[in-house]
Amino acid sequence: MKETPLSNCERRFLLRAIQERKRLDGRQCYDYRNVRISFGPEHGCCVVELGKTRVLGQVSCELVPPKPNRATEGILFCNLELSPMAAPGFEPGRQSELLVKVNRLIERCLRNSKCIDTESLCVVAGEKVWQIRVDLHLLNHDGNIVDAASIAGIVALCHFRRPDVSVQGKEVTVYSPEERDPVPLSIHHMPICVSFAFFQQGTYLLVDPNEREERVMDGLLVIAMNKHREICTIQSSGGIMLLKDQVLRCSKITAVKVAEITELIQKALENDQKLRKEGGKFGFAESIPNQKITAFKMDSAAVDTNNVEEQAEEIITKADPPSEVFAKPILHTPGTAQIGEGIENAWGDLEESEREEAAEEEGESSTTAFECQRTETEDTSMMNEAKDDPIVLSDSEEEEVVILEPQEVPKKTR
Amino acid sequence: MAGGGGAPAESRVGQVVLPGDVLLLPAYDEQDTERLPLGTSAAPRGRLLCGPGLRRCAGGLLVTKCGLLRHRRAGDGAAAAGGAYWVDSQQKRYVPVKGDHVIGIVTGKVGDVFRLDVGGSEQASLSYLAFEGATKRNRPNVQVGDLIYGQFLVANKDMEPEMVCIDSSGRASGMGVIGQDGFLFKVSLGLIRKLLAPKCEIIQELSQLYPFELVLGMNGRIWVKAKTVQQTLIIVNILEACEYMTAEQRKQALAKLSGN
Repeated sequence: MKETPLSNCERRFLLRAIQERKRLDGRQCYDYRNVRISFGPEHGCCVVELGKTRVLGQVSCELVPPKPNRATEGILFCNLELSPMAAPGFEPGRQSELLVKVNRLIERCLRNSKCIDTESLCVVAGEKVWQIRVDLHLLNHDGNIVDAASIAGIVALCHFRRPDVSVQGKEVTVYSPEERDPVPLSIHHMPICVSFAFFQQGTYLLVDPNEREERVMDGLLVIAMNKHREICTIQSSGGIMLLKDQVLRCSKITAVKVAEITELIQKALENDQKLRKEGGKFGFAESIPNQKITAFKMDSAAVDTNNVEEQAEEIITKADPPSEVFAKPILHTPGTAQIGEGIENAWGDLEESEREEAAEEEGESSTTAFECQRTETEDTSMMNEAKDDPIVLSDSEEEEVVILEPQEVPKKTR
Repeated sequence: MAGGGGAPAESRVGQVVLPGDVLLLPAYDEQDTERLPLGTSAAPRGRLLCGPGLRRCAGGLLVTKCGLLRHRRAGDGAAAAGGAYWVDSQQKRYVPVKGDHVIGIVTGKVGDVFRLDVGGSEQASLSYLAFEGATKRNRPNVQVGDLIYGQFLVANKDMEPEMVCIDSSGRASGMGVIGQDGFLFKVSLGLIRKLLAPKCEIIQELSQLYPFELVLGMNGRIWVKAKTVQQTLIIVNILEACEYMTAEQRKQALAKLSGN
């Protein structure tokens, strides 16, 4: 599908708002959107939400032969996918410029910065090393994919646990999680990307641009830094001329933002670890907020419970009395006697439970009054059968017309 | 298909229905006009309108979208339709429907026809003569990237939709090119229908805040213009938040704003 075009009035309005130092969602020029980190049930799976932009990160590992020129180092492989559910303009097969750009940035940020100790991933030098694979999926595009993806990548790597191995001579034993606890990766530092959008040839600067703001920006500057104020990667795109003091100012802002975000990540990781240790509930289901659409609001339905007792009594009086009690046992053979005829076995009887199920699902809108009536009528129908012919279950239901039930289910359709 | 009968349509009005539910209509035959309805539960006179989310099937109506079932009674008067049933469902992706008023963005000019993006699967076409007072010499002033408020003349699944900016009598009645300032944003279709309902509380409460101009397109697009950028942004944020805010929360937010 084609991307929705940007209309002239939106462009004009956004530029005017930026000139007046106003952003669409009321943020200040240097404010980040809310960062929310939630973890999945497995180690190494996380979802990072930067405002409405969502990125899913998943880390997995595999034992492979190492690269020939780096025989003692493990391999780190990053991949970002722009899912078609993120924006209407993303198509599954198309290798767009944006995808290449963001992938390259994330690779430089995570791999070239040596945030993971790859030497520790070596198992048998020259033969077996761990290949760590970070898969990032963009689930919703609301601007600033790079930042969200870098946070998701580093959080997933910190959260991940690889299986423990032991080497005895040439034999390598990989322990399953049940045998030995999985081992976390050794992470040196946490590089995080911060994006700056420039407008009007560098006059105005916004941190963490929205999707709308990204459409009207002139240029983008991305700085990847860790909390020790070391710059891991810096990239300027869009072809605007930046002055030296602008770049220095941006790096100072980056240091502040990265410190905040790193603290948030640490807290989130600690929380998750605590939850898992204490046996609390963790996973995505716990972290999804409950949002209710109020466009169609319906007041709770009032249930009419008047006359419930009267109606129930009426039904009981109308129902047939239970069959007579047989007091005399019939002796078949010595040791075997039969008392009475017995009613149909309702336990494990398919048709009986089907009838109940059918009545259940079509009676979803019934009130409690209906419930009472239905159970009463079912009892009477069972007793009817007992009186007529308890052994053969009659197929036709014409005698057992259930009054006041919402629907009638003819047995033959089952 | 599971389940034999369905529920009578009247009993399910106002409740959640799921695709596949069958709604029975009182037995009534279109061809059988001689038969006089006896009794009070007479078959509805006139045509029964089967609205969005419903399809006609043997015995009644088949639900094709999940949502709340709604019903409008037959209007009093001679030429009334015999009532209407429809399903109120929520979605964000717009499908062009004939007669809907929408906001389109001009993406190009091909000969004498403008191409508009309306949020559907195809771009709509709009002839330059479909404006009020437009002739071959007097062409409307429309540029690429402009916003246009119009209605669909032709919208079916086999052809690309066609829009016009005049009604059947040749008058504009509010349609045409939308002004230069203001801001356009997108919301879900359910919220638009709620805002377009007569005597909508949200619009009334907002109009007491500041004066503003508002255009609502059935394709989920809203255009707002107020005196200053700040006021426009406030209105945009409130309308976007109305989707998930309850009435009390909205009143609180507006009270805070008017207090400032």
